[in-house]
Amino acid sequence: MREEVLFTVDTPYRPSLPVKGWYFGAHGQKSLAVMGALRGNEIQQMYICAKLIQELERAEREGLLSPYCGILAIPCANQFSMNVGRRFWAADNTDINRMFPGYDKGETTQRIAAHLFAALQGYQYGVHLTSFYLPGDHLPHVRMMETGYQRVEEARAFGLPYVLLRTPHSYDTTTLNYNWQIWSTQAFSLYTTSTDCIDEAAAQLATESVLRFLSSKGLCRVAPPPVEERPRFFRENCLHNVLSAAGGLLLCRRQPGDRVKAGEVLGEILDPCTCGHLEALRADCDGRVFFCHRAQLIDGHEVAFRVLPEEEAEPQGRWR
Amino acid sequence: MVQEVVRLPLAVGEELAIRKNRIGSGGKRLCIVTGTHGDELEGQYVLWRFNRLLAEHPEYLHGTVDLYPALNPLGISTMTRGIPLCDLDMNRTFPGHENGSMSEFLAARLMDDLAGADACIDIHASNIFLREIPQVRVNVNTASRLVPMARRLNMDFIWIHAAATVLESTLAHSLNALGTPTLVVEMGVGMRLTRSYGEQLLQGILSLMASMDMWSGPVEPVSEPIISHDGAVAFVNASQPGIFVPAAEHAVDVERGQELGVVVDPLTGEVRERLVSPATGLLFTLREYPVVYEGSLIARILGGIV
Repeated sequence: MREEVLFTVDTPYRPSLPVKGWYFGAHGQKSLAVMGALRGNEIQQMYICAKLIQELERAEREGLLSPYCGILAIPCANQFSMNVGRRFWAADNTDINRMFPGYDKGETTQRIAAHLFAALQGYQYGVHLTSFYLPGDHLPHVRMMETGYQRVEEARAFGLPYVLLRTPHSYDTTTLNYNWQIWSTQAFSLYTTSTDCIDEAAAQLATESVLRFLSSKGLCRVAPPPVEERPRFFRENCLHNVLSAAGGLLLCRRQPGDRVKAGEVLGEILDPCTCGHLEALRADCDGRVFFCHRAQLIDGHEVAFRVLPEEEAEPQGRWR
Repeated sequence: MVQEVVRLPLAVGEELAIRKNRIGSGGKRLCIVTGTHGDELEGQYVLWRFNRLLAEHPEYLHGTVDLYPALNPLGISTMTRGIPLCDLDMNRTFPGHENGSMSEFLAARLMDDLAGADACIDIHASNIFLREIPQVRVNVNTASRLVPMARRLNMDFIWIHAAATVLESTLAHSLNALGTPTLVVEMGVGMRLTRSYGEQLLQGILSLMASMDMWSGPVEPVSEPIISHDGAVAFVNASQPGIFVPAAEHAVDVERGQELGVVVDPLTGEVRERLVSPATGLLFTLREYPVVYEGSLIARILGGIV
């Protein structure tokens, strides 16, 4: 294991902030790069990356990495925001994950993205441990951008039960995942249940999934628990959004992973001052709860739940 | 008449309403929108002045004017650039989606309301970090249609910028893609009003309306703007963190090599960096907020190839 300062961010009123990377395996080999927290609230993502560093250190020490395997893991590139409780770059509220591939003569976060991309580029595979823009909990899954370069079958190797394919919007074109793919790295975004708090079980699942991926590609001989299920592949637009009509207190009756029937109540919105019933949020199809809004307050016309329909109920949602 | 474009319940005893003031009726329709970014306030002055003028002289108006002072009312009311709670840049959510999250839904309803106008002016005010001269920004792909309209707006500068995929989610791009000609004005600085710029734009709006046969009142002659592409714009970024102390005035001509300011360290008294102009030309953007980091934009100079 080799710990390196990839670059530093100098600030006027705080000490220089080092962004560190941990290298494993053979020098010169670029098999897998793993990016942890780019945002200041991505505690879970940083934690998963840190656990992975522990596992890879052990694997390397025990000689379980292939001689052709080279790995880089960056647990956190944004302690500047994390240490002051801010989600985006705390000086100007810009999002590093909207600045890729970066620009080394540009603004601060463009330069940070450029430094990061210089370190992360050229790997055969890239995993970004990332978070959703809405506050909420997901079923763990692998997400890929449909850039034309994606090879969706590769995602099977993570052994996670779901693989989601997203058609990129224009604002996705400046994310790490998108740019990795454009620059010839097979990129996967790995979503786990939580973001700003640690979910131990989900973190373990994510860590094992990356080790399983490495093992499947012949890069490492660590053997995480096998998975029995074949993953389900689906496009993002196959998810059914359950929108709130009322604003108020949201009480979730169902959680990510719960199997639900059409018409079943997923959650309830209550008047925040009287606890009077305002709205029952119901599934509009048979399926599994894939996303659940986590903030206890909810506004009108917000995505409260996303339900993944049963496969036979939505054949057009499959791409294979 | 004040009308609601969209209204949604918020969580606790409040509703979010985006409102517009419709003045006049029938004929051609001009929409003026502002307040997409909650920290940009220059458009508030323009809409207030324009409202007053139309109320004083309804006889000069031929057509319909829709004024939208706050596309992001929660942002303006909380000094927040993006949409509070989700912290999204509203100007990256267009054209939106009826079945999407709240921000996407708001964007979709705004698009429905604005689409089909004969012209739309989207007033921005930079941000809290940079001061800008009055200018119109036009995507190169729409320049042939929009530059003749932009010349009417009495702005100092028309910046024809390269197309960027990420900008396709802006309001202006989305409306232009639907065939609704939309001009983006940038002027002044965030969280402030610059009355002279507001008056200048007001005259430009009347000039544009006169050219569209929507205004028959007196119109002052508008100034001829500088029209330029990206290649003529030179950028100056800080390479050291510290406090930026400007040495040049905003909106003046500067010489190549002229000092624009210094980056200093208040703790030690050190001057960390002297920043000079890389080109001779007009200093049209100047840093307003003093705290800088490596990469912070300090200035932009319109002055040919560096």
